[in-house]
Amino acid sequence: MAGRALLSARGLTRDFRGFRAVDQVDLDVAAESVHALVGPNGAGKTTLFNLLTGFLPPTAGTIELAGRDVTGLPPERVARLGVARSFQITSLFPQLSAREHVELALQSPSGLGWRFWRSAKLMGRYRERADELLDMVGLAELAEVPAEALAYGRKRALELAIALALDPKVLLLDEPTAGMGLEDVDRTVELITRVRRGRTVVMVEHNMSVVGRLADTVTVLQAGTVLVEGPYEQVRADERVITAYLGATDAAH
Amino acid sequence: MSTAVDSEPGARQGPARSGLVAVARAPWWVRYALLAAGLVVALWLPNGLYPAVAVDILCWALFAVSVDLLLGFTGLMSFGHAAFWGTSAYVAGIVAIEAGLPFPLAVLTGALAAAVIAVPIGYLAVKRTGIYFAMVTLAFAQMIYYVANKWGTVTGGENGLQAVPRELGGMDLTDEYYFYYAALPITVLGLWAAWRIVNSPFGRVLVGIRDNPARARALGYPVHRYKLTAFVLSAFLAGLGGGLYVMGHQFVSLDALHWTTSGKAVVVVVLGGIGTLWGGVVGAGLLVRLEDWLSFSGFEQIGLVTGAIFVLAVVLFRKGIWGSAAAVAARWSAGRGK
Repeated sequence: MAGRALLSARGLTRDFRGFRAVDQVDLDVAAESVHALVGPNGAGKTTLFNLLTGFLPPTAGTIELAGRDVTGLPPERVARLGVARSFQITSLFPQLSAREHVELALQSPSGLGWRFWRSAKLMGRYRERADELLDMVGLAELAEVPAEALAYGRKRALELAIALALDPKVLLLDEPTAGMGLEDVDRTVELITRVRRGRTVVMVEHNMSVVGRLADTVTVLQAGTVLVEGPYEQVRADERVITAYLGATDAAH
Repeated sequence: MSTAVDSEPGARQGPARSGLVAVARAPWWVRYALLAAGLVVALWLPNGLYPAVAVDILCWALFAVSVDLLLGFTGLMSFGHAAFWGTSAYVAGIVAIEAGLPFPLAVLTGALAAAVIAVPIGYLAVKRTGIYFAMVTLAFAQMIYYVANKWGTVTGGENGLQAVPRELGGMDLTDEYYFYYAALPITVLGLWAAWRIVNSPFGRVLVGIRDNPARARALGYPVHRYKLTAFVLSAFLAGLGGGLYVMGHQFVSLDALHWTTSGKAVVVVVLGGIGTLWGGVVGAGLLVRLEDWLSFSGFEQIGLVTGAIFVLAVVLFRKGIWGSAAAVAARWSAGRGK
């Protein structure tokens, strides 16, 4: 599984008004692996996500995607290079239907979005693929429903569908199972297992059983720095991790 | 935002969507009936109203729709659209006087000029959102106002441009009644263009940007460039309105560039219904008619009345006339469907 690094960061640092949220992080995400970022609240996981996807410019450090320097590129450029993300707090277009979301994502790499003189019916060319993706995440029946009317778990599923619609090389999932019931968690794990083939997945996840089932590599962050990195079994046995974070979770098992 | 393809009954699940969506989801015969009614009213208008007022309504309809394209469909409130309306009015007037262009070409030249100045203004403005965007557009509009004021040799300064000719292939258009019918096709084309933009793949992206710019960027859409394009298209449409306005009055003064003109455009859109497109047309009709009636009755404080209407619209019916009507119609048809 461990190939060359597809996505890597060197000395990645981000300050917020004197507070260092991410501090000199080195990260290597191997191609076609599932790489989990874990750590207590405030460890800098979401900030790291925002740095990797261009939503925040780093204070210092570099980011490389497939050997190309992508440091400081705006999020839309990073997305075009094949990095799709989901958001921790569900982030959709409330008035658009589930299908319209996926169509919009499928349209993105083409120039169709600029055609202000053409009919929106042209987006119908994405309908078949959109319905396939909706079916894959279990939303086939709800294709016409506006996003604001979907239940929470369905919204998370739609997030995943639009990230997949970009056919990304790297899929960044910010807490894909947060707030889900057990059944939805199982379905999401199964789905990620299915879509990870041929892709690289980076995920922030609090649910350790999900991490254990999916992740090839786990990076534990604490106070903005990398505490430990390695395979799940090794990381969860690490003394420092048990003290810092995993201890409480493991004790609960 | 929908198309006919989507308008099967299942599309009505969930809460009511914005006015335009509600109309777009209405059965085809409702949409054609509304279109036919609109055309009949447009053809009849100068017979029922003083023709000069009817021409003003056409101009303001274009202006309102241009503002709604940004406010309702891109989520940007321009408080400086008088810059485009007024620039086009002056440019159209000047080319009509100096080059003797037929009036539709003069109007087109004015609208293109408005689009050209919208490029640098929009470039700087779209980097801001909310009130800051409004302030940047206002600041540029004020700059243009002062330039027009100081540059009296070209703009006529406080006297404005007088005796703008109105010519089309040797036809006599001095009568406002006939000019209305000459101006109507340009207006219809402008309104059709706005409708096409909103119902295009581009329009779908704009709605996405309006509702969630971060998500649109994560999907790979360059949000600033989309907003800038929308801004320039909107300026062009505002310029069509401003160009027709100078032709209608055969005169333009600094009022066309004044910030109150920008403000009135926003009032018209709020009254008609933000994000409904056609609401702006209805709002323009009502407000222009009302102002004419007030000034005809010798009432001086017209601003007081339009201000009060704005407050009432915001407090009592936030969806505006079109949005409220669409909501009532949607509820009625949902009730009937059960």
